[in-house]
Amino acid sequence: MKIHEYQGKALLTQHGVATPRGEPVFSADEAAAVAERLGGGRVVVKAQIHAGGRGKGGGVKLADDPTGAARIAGEMLGMTLVTAQTGPAGRVVSRVLVEQGLDIASELYLGLLIDRAQQRPLLMASAAGGMDIEQVAADTPELIHKVHVNPGLGLAPFQARGLADAIGLTGAPARKAAALMQRVYAAFVAVDASMIEINPLVVTAEGEVLALDAKITLDDNASSRHPDLLKLRDLAEEEELEIEASKHELNYIRLDGTIGCMVNGAGLAMATMDIIKLAGGEPANFLDVGGGASAEQIRAAFQILLSDTQVKAVLINIFGGILRCDVLAEGVIAAVTELGVDVPVVIRMEGTNVDQGKRMLRDSGLNFTTADSMGEAADLVVGLAAAAQ
Amino acid sequence: MSILIDAQTRLLVQGLTGREGTFHARQAADYGTTVVGGVTPGKGGTTHDGFPVFNTVESAVRETGADASVLFVPPSVAADAVMEAADAGVALIVCITEGIPTLDMMRALAFIEGRSSRLIGPNCPGLISPGRAKAGIIPGHICREGRVGIVSKSGTLTYEAIHQLTRLGLGQTTCLGIGGDPLIGTSFIDALQMFEDDAATEAVVLIGEIGGSAEEDAADFIKASISKPVVGFIAGQTAPPGRRMGHAGAIIAGGKGTAAEKMVALSAAGVTVVDSPSEIGGAVARLLTSDGDR
Repeated sequence: MKIHEYQGKALLTQHGVATPRGEPVFSADEAAAVAERLGGGRVVVKAQIHAGGRGKGGGVKLADDPTGAARIAGEMLGMTLVTAQTGPAGRVVSRVLVEQGLDIASELYLGLLIDRAQQRPLLMASAAGGMDIEQVAADTPELIHKVHVNPGLGLAPFQARGLADAIGLTGAPARKAAALMQRVYAAFVAVDASMIEINPLVVTAEGEVLALDAKITLDDNASSRHPDLLKLRDLAEEEELEIEASKHELNYIRLDGTIGCMVNGAGLAMATMDIIKLAGGEPANFLDVGGGASAEQIRAAFQILLSDTQVKAVLINIFGGILRCDVLAEGVIAAVTELGVDVPVVIRMEGTNVDQGKRMLRDSGLNFTTADSMGEAADLVVGLAAAAQ
Repeated sequence: MSILIDAQTRLLVQGLTGREGTFHARQAADYGTTVVGGVTPGKGGTTHDGFPVFNTVESAVRETGADASVLFVPPSVAADAVMEAADAGVALIVCITEGIPTLDMMRALAFIEGRSSRLIGPNCPGLISPGRAKAGIIPGHICREGRVGIVSKSGTLTYEAIHQLTRLGLGQTTCLGIGGDPLIGTSFIDALQMFEDDAATEAVVLIGEIGGSAEEDAADFIKASISKPVVGFIAGQTAPPGRRMGHAGAIIAGGKGTAAEKMVALSAAGVTVVDSPSEIGGAVARLLTSDGDR
């Protein structure tokens, strides 16, 4: 789960990480009030959306006083912000963060995530902060310094000192940065983060070290032990149909094509999208109904697929390892009958009682086409979708 | 021949008394696997569906001589159960559980390091050596004993590959699902080495998916150390970047982990990479035929 910058900063602050003073607001008037509370001087107004690249997209602006803060917040709230990470549709800004302006001496980078290959946390720091770190990694990888953390022992003080030194800090800022790194690591473990990225981490003219930005992704698998963090979820940042799918424990991702897919298993679902594309079609979605796929889930899955008006045909590809094909057929027939599905449905199923399942589909009198293999199913559904357009 | 499990395997089921554990313990036993018992804390001393139940893995191993364990325990306690099995000296630990917190898994993997146990998974379908034994949820009836090894990140896509092979009359030595999580116990490389060492395995199917760099690492390893023919497929050629495709590990992040990169790396290592998942079986058949059809 992604959270907003201001939420991430609040979590970091709870763990002793210094961040600029500021508050999230939902209106221009509130923005002025916050700017006033921060001393009435220069503030930064930052659009809160779950995507990076906000600065270039016009989502981060300076205001000299509360009146300016109100004006900028008023312009930003409700605008559609398009950045390199939002895609062309952009995101509507519904809240902004108003924060004290700082006198910045240098901009650094700090990132913490789990290294899949090494199977342990990886802390990265760079003196080349404030810019696209992926570009830095590609062009000048030597500017990114890395340490792996022992999962049992945590980040050792010497490792943090070493990183602070590597990115060119010395004296009090080096000490403060090292302490901040240990606090960031503590926060990472405490909230079950899968990534914390602070870009930039800044050193002010006074020698203070603060997290000027915070991008935190939380591990969804750990959400059950952090009920307090669930309230940080912002449903406005998520696709409506994907929210609906998650209520039924379906894994759905909307795409741009015309062929709706319903598959059991993530790998097979991806492979089904691939084979649709190879057959000349475009998948409308990724949808994994999971290993069990109850009648209720199949019904919900159909409802979600058909809510996408782009869908011209549906391909169901189920490999019933344990799930019986006759049970599946029964669920599909019930859902299609009840929901009045009017697009062609191609079904490829395999596994126990497959012949009985196919017979039930054929005898149902509904608009089903059955296929014996994935390849055949893909060819059929692409043809039907094209004919329907 | 096979890898990891065979007719001699003595299998324990952690989480035996739960719904999944009950069902799959029975399936494994009916397939011919020697299921020696189960572990459910608090239910030790009872029997469940004819299997003896123990409170701890340690006591179960002592009483039954179990050398493998398959886990059907809830995600919040699964990493702990993995460590318990490793501490009891179980040689093969197969964790089916999906949704284990990443930091839990990281600690469990650190705990296993340096011990003699091998972990398969988590979030995997387990493994089956057709005609001999199975530990996990791969349906036995789609498999057939033979000479192809399968290693895969996926579950049902693995069944698809097995099914294609079996239909073509090509049986399998062992079919192994290593899981789609970012942190897993057994890698493609580990499995490839075992298949290379297994005299009965004549060809290997490798099924990867987007995310991470395990497939690229496997490609380097194949180039250097694998003499047997390998057929590869990578799921997620049409997946959009930045979106997690079901499996926690299946995400193209920062432009890395795309199917295209993985396919190029595998091809360059001499792997027969198929674009379509429906061509996996056919590609293996062609390779084995051109190899003289031993």
